[in-house]
Amino acid sequence: MIRRADIIYFSWQVLIRHRFRSVMILLAMALGVASIVVLTALGEGARRYVLGEFAFLGSDVLVMLPGKKETTGGLPPLMGTAARDITLQDVEQLSHRISAISDIAPLVMGSAEVSFKQRSRNITVLGSSAALISVRQLTLAQGRNLDVNDVNRATKQCLIGQTLKTELFGREKAIGSWIRAGDYRCRVVGVLQGRGDAFGMDLSDSLIMPVVSAQQLFDSPGLFRVIMKIRHGYPVDDVKARVIALMKDLHQGEEDVTVISPDAMLATFDDVFAAMTLGVGAIAAISMVVAGVLIMNITLINVSQRTEEIGLLKALGARAVDIQQLFLIEALMTTLIGAGIGLLGGLSIVTLARWALPEVPFYTPVWAVFSALLVALIAGLGFAWGPSKRASRLLPVDALYRRK
Amino acid sequence: MINLQGICKTFYLGEQAVHALDHIDLDVQQGEYLSVMGPSGSGKSTLLNMLGLLDRPDSGSYQLANIETAQLPEVERAELRSQYIGFVFQAYHLIPRLNARENIEMPMMLAGVKAVERRRLADEVLERLAISHRAEHLPKQLSGGERQRVAIARAIVRKPTILLADEPTGNLDSRSGEEVMLMLEQLNREGITLFMVTHDVKLGARAHRHLVMVDGKIVEDSTSDGA
Repeated sequence: MIRRADIIYFSWQVLIRHRFRSVMILLAMALGVASIVVLTALGEGARRYVLGEFAFLGSDVLVMLPGKKETTGGLPPLMGTAARDITLQDVEQLSHRISAISDIAPLVMGSAEVSFKQRSRNITVLGSSAALISVRQLTLAQGRNLDVNDVNRATKQCLIGQTLKTELFGREKAIGSWIRAGDYRCRVVGVLQGRGDAFGMDLSDSLIMPVVSAQQLFDSPGLFRVIMKIRHGYPVDDVKARVIALMKDLHQGEEDVTVISPDAMLATFDDVFAAMTLGVGAIAAISMVVAGVLIMNITLINVSQRTEEIGLLKALGARAVDIQQLFLIEALMTTLIGAGIGLLGGLSIVTLARWALPEVPFYTPVWAVFSALLVALIAGLGFAWGPSKRASRLLPVDALYRRK
Repeated sequence: MINLQGICKTFYLGEQAVHALDHIDLDVQQGEYLSVMGPSGSGKSTLLNMLGLLDRPDSGSYQLANIETAQLPEVERAELRSQYIGFVFQAYHLIPRLNARENIEMPMMLAGVKAVERRRLADEVLERLAISHRAEHLPKQLSGGERQRVAIARAIVRKPTILLADEPTGNLDSRSGEEVMLMLEQLNREGITLFMVTHDVKLGARAHRHLVMVDGKIVEDSTSDGA
């Protein structure tokens, strides 16, 4: 019986003597595996990026927005349009009547031209209260927080982000300076630290002013969001139910707000992105099937071209199983080498992408690596099986003299 | 050693049946030297393929070393081929990507002989057939005579008891052909049973026993001494 090492050596010789054919198979396999590795890394990177963006909220926070998702179906109303606004009075009621809420930050959002001396910049302006700093876990690089715990007070003070500070003030001192945002003038009392971006907003290039001032500036009586921090030890779902019940009570029995707990939101995003990653992985796996079909075709051609050789090997004493093994080991070798090249190539591309876009955590899941190798093996061996079986069944004389 | 009784083999060319072997009876002893002659299509090569277990008869009995082979499963026929039979083909049938030594090692590789032992035995045969200097050459780098020597070396390296040669000098010039014939005859003198299919009457006449085939039948079975 032919030794395994001899089969490998024999197959290796076939591969190196038929370079073009071997390279084509290796390329197909490598591209298939690399595409699985890269595409799943993209999906997983997007998932981690989005989860990271929302993770700042923490698990002890509730976000309330106007409108009820059941009335429109699908996702919650992201832009916050509803028949009835959430008002600052609602916020006050929530703050006073639900003791489980430790901090509550109303939010109004718009864009305005902000200027200092001759410099101006069109940016996002947020209206909120001092509580925003704690509920969004922001830190201040300079100065102090807004002095606005009474949400109904309009004071002429504001916080600015790092980018805005650099753009407006350069090397000048920002704290204590008066700036203009639309028709509103305010004194800078604090500068935010870092980027602090989330929800797609870059807080480093924004301005935060008292919520009443922002409502006046944008002529917007309704709130865009209300962010609530839950006191330690209170179950999130219970507090959420109480918030909805109270809002229903305040809005004449109509349930017209949506309250989201970040955990639930993260779980939904997690599911969506996991499905997306699986989806792109599956699409990439199709390329492996294409590679498999290529291997089958090339193995068929291989069998056809080497029919006389098969006959000779049989005449010299090779059994059917030996012939099949020769072709299968050849397919296995090309599959493994191709998959190895694809894996290295794919991981290199992922590393390169991580270096080029450090803010997106590209990462190939371990399951994707193993799946890619498994699919490559199944495609490589599965599609070579038929032609190799066909070769092994040839009658020696038919093969030797190409009689059929 | 070899006993054929009532062996038949029919091929079909469309509707037309061609009786390649028509009730062949043959008894061959160890060490005989037989030539098989006859016109094209008379069934010479089919008989050789049958003897070499490359083909199966439609009917009849074929005993090789007292083993009935006609109905044996393919795996056992492969084992018998490996153990008893060596082939020399007119077209050499060397594997083009392997060098001379590797071609000679092939039957041993298929039989699971270890690489060191394979090399030793292959070198022995190369030496004996005076082609050691061509051991590392690919078939395309060898002359016709050298290729056939390599093919003979491959055929005898496992020390078979039967050597089947199908027009072994058919592609060679007269000098190379004569060298090959001398080689085969030397092997026969050492005890190997030699079957040689040939169109060449002179070559056929060198055998000790002559089979003449016509239309799938053995019409003459004679020995050199006229028996």
